[in-house]
Amino acid sequence: MAANFPTHEQVQGGIGVTEPGHAHDAHHDEHHEQSFLQKYVFSTDHKVIAKQFLITGIFWAIIGGTLSSLFRLQLGWPESTMEWLTPFLGKWIEAGKLNPEFYLALVTMHGTIMVFFVLTAGLSGTFSNFLIPLQIGARDMASGFMNMLSYWFFFLSSVVMFSSLFIETGPAAAGWTIYPPLSALPQAISGSGAGQTLWLVSMALFIISQLLGGVNYITTVINLRTQGMSMSKLPLTIWSFFLTAILGLLSFPVLFSAALLLIFDRSFGTSFFLSDIYIAGQALSNTGGSPILFQHLFWFLGHPEVYIVIMPAMGMVSEILATNARKPIFGYRAMIGSLLGISLLSFIVWAHHMFVTGMNPFLGSVFMFLTLIIAVPSAVKVFNWLATLWRGNIRFTTAMLFSIGFVSLFIAGGLTGIILGNAALDIQLHNTYFVVAHFHLVMGSSAFFGLWAGVYHWFPKMFGRMMDEKLGYIHFWLTFIGVYLVFLPMHYVGIAGFPRRYYAWTGFDTFSQFADLNKFISVAAIVAFFGQFIFIFNFFYSIFRGRRATENPWNSTTLEWTTPVELGHGNWPGEIPAVHRWPYDYSKPGAAEDFIPQNVPYSQTQSSNLPYEKEME
Amino acid sequence: MDSYESLSTKQPATGIHPARFLLMLMMVSIFMIFAAYTSAYIVRRNEGNWLEFNLPAGFLYTTVVLLLSSATVQWAWLAARKNDLKQVRLALLLTLGLGLAFLVGQYLLWGQLVDQRIFFAGTDANPSGSFLYVLTGVHGFHLITGLIFLLIVVRKSFNYQVHSRQMLSIGNVTIYWHFLGALWLYLYLFLLLNH
Ligand code: HEM
Ligand SMILES: [Cu+2]
Repeated sequence: MAANFPTHEQVQGGIGVTEPGHAHDAHHDEHHEQSFLQKYVFSTDHKVIAKQFLITGIFWAIIGGTLSSLFRLQLGWPESTMEWLTPFLGKWIEAGKLNPEFYLALVTMHGTIMVFFVLTAGLSGTFSNFLIPLQIGARDMASGFMNMLSYWFFFLSSVVMFSSLFIETGPAAAGWTIYPPLSALPQAISGSGAGQTLWLVSMALFIISQLLGGVNYITTVINLRTQGMSMSKLPLTIWSFFLTAILGLLSFPVLFSAALLLIFDRSFGTSFFLSDIYIAGQALSNTGGSPILFQHLFWFLGHPEVYIVIMPAMGMVSEILATNARKPIFGYRAMIGSLLGISLLSFIVWAHHMFVTGMNPFLGSVFMFLTLIIAVPSAVKVFNWLATLWRGNIRFTTAMLFSIGFVSLFIAGGLTGIILGNAALDIQLHNTYFVVAHFHLVMGSSAFFGLWAGVYHWFPKMFGRMMDEKLGYIHFWLTFIGVYLVFLPMHYVGIAGFPRRYYAWTGFDTFSQFADLNKFISVAAIVAFFGQFIFIFNFFYSIFRGRRATENPWNSTTLEWTTPVELGHGNWPGEIPAVHRWPYDYSKPGAAEDFIPQNVPYSQTQSSNLPYEKEME
Repeated sequence: MDSYESLSTKQPATGIHPARFLLMLMMVSIFMIFAAYTSAYIVRRNEGNWLEFNLPAGFLYTTVVLLLSSATVQWAWLAARKNDLKQVRLALLLTLGLGLAFLVGQYLLWGQLVDQRIFFAGTDANPSGSFLYVLTGVHGFHLITGLIFLLIVVRKSFNYQVHSRQMLSIGNVTIYWHFLGALWLYLYLFLLLNH
């Protein structure tokens, strides 16, 4: 085990590169040629692994988006024929209609793919990997080998999940939250057969991947920072990746526990979550289990998970807003404090997903109280982002637009969170489209916007080229307007009582007045989905044909921009720069330029030093 | 430029080797698995329909065996610090043996539970029994990973790679083994108090 780690001297030198021969900095360009396989496939270089995560994430996002377009077709035009989809969906189209059980499978897989494969692995996997070593001034992760394993476990997990889309009985269909008894009984729905088994296997692999990645991120941030990079000089990106990894470390094992018990219930005949069930007129022998227990275990992960999704986006947005407003981030310490507060609170609010499970109303009030407290750190962050923009010298890069879009969506979705957090209101709204609207704005769209902002902003460092700005603008406006047109109307439908995960509402007269609105949502969703291909084109085209990037195209202060355009394994060809100042010295009065990188010592900036900084000259 | 960057180019951190730090984080995540199970156990028990039974007395013996193995692994570590390689090997092999004995003991106890009609699954099973199997089983699984780790270090000790100036791997295995022992002690006391 220990053999894969750098030797002691190397670690002391802050060198994460594994091969002892490579420690000699001056000889960096004498490296023997690595084979293609070592360089691009089984690479231990954090930058390559980041790109692997990103491209796999993009693949999954296309799949997840396609699934949602399919069920939006069903919801928008419940009466029309889907015959034309037969070549694509085969037997799941029956007499021109989408099979209702397959509809549930679509919803389930859409949620699973988006939450876990795109916005957890694709987002954290990409940016934690890419930015942690570069921004803290390390040559690689603490263990490049484990980092590589982390990707390949994710890859395996992806293969298993993807294959489940094609099996005879269809993929898992019990929702991304896989509540038993539905998920535990193959007799209940065809998706609870082999599809659910593959789902569980895939998620077990996924959890291993997350843990391997997470322990590495934490260790790297703690141990491999360059000289001068104290915790209070870390860019907010790193703080958010660091806390995200801690949340994952504490919550994913709990999902693993729950999944294991569910596997026992499904395949070995235990009764952890099953009791007194009649199915198709037959009584099952299981007694003594509690399905609510599963919900507790699931949401103990599930709630921190939503912050695992959003916090990396928060960190990147903070960074991009400050850079492109040419202003220091407002309230740096408050930003860290609120991240800490959110992380802590996220572990003690899970039961707000379970207000209607018949829990003791007193307990419900406790969880309600704790839930509403989350609004405080969230509001602190929003206030600070807005204050950072306030009277800034704003550069509207594509990344900046997406970051501002993030703030807007986070506010819009956060407000409905406060409504749902009230147990009394939630009794009406639970499991309606109101909840769907809430989390798609605050989590789905916001985190996607963070992801895009990150890609547009760090693309020059990743690929040495720039993405096209014009296409970026079109992509932004289409998406920004698109998501609001999709999710704002859902609030109305939800308040009217539309339940989520229903195949069709044509059976209920009350809902017929919303038929047009549903059509409208579907059109907006499908148009916005197709708009994403602009991004995909831009991304792949720019990798090969984009304008060549300079070393620091955004005039940014953090360490990754001190590396050369052609980044090798080891990140800096010479010594790793030491850090002297915080990451947000933008537009400092008296300074020669409107940014001072973190590695510039105070002795070189005497004209702009503040009184207490003079002592450090 | 120096051939190796000196210590001063890195921010002084915890002083713990990254490999050890990684191990400690992994132990945290393992602990979370059991935190989940034991809290699920309590929540479930409070809902009623809970079959009460006496924990087989044999668990006391396996507990003692595992605690003894903690002592022997500590002995190996101390011997390594004194460069007494013979003792290191002896103590590590003893630990390995005790670890195996523990696993065999747990397995036999499962048999005894079945004789008591406490089942893991099936129509006669109650979650109280199923939980017992899950807790011991998942702990046993991690103990196996500990045994594999021990084997690796035993091999190192035969290759003269464990001594006072190469304490990393033996230190790590010692920490991990103590952790597995403490985890079991926690589970044992938990089961004693909450069956
Ligand atoms: C002010 C802060 C927030 C509050 C008070 C809040 C409250 C709630 C409540 C009470 C529910 C349960 C609704 C129900 O099922 O009846 C809920 C659902 C949800 N929230 Fe939030 N939320 C907040 C912010 C967030 C954030 C920041 C995210 C993600 C980044 C998020 C993601 C979700 C998701 C994914 C669900 C639905 C899960 C499901 O049932 O499938 N929320 N929220
Ligand atoms: Cu929640």
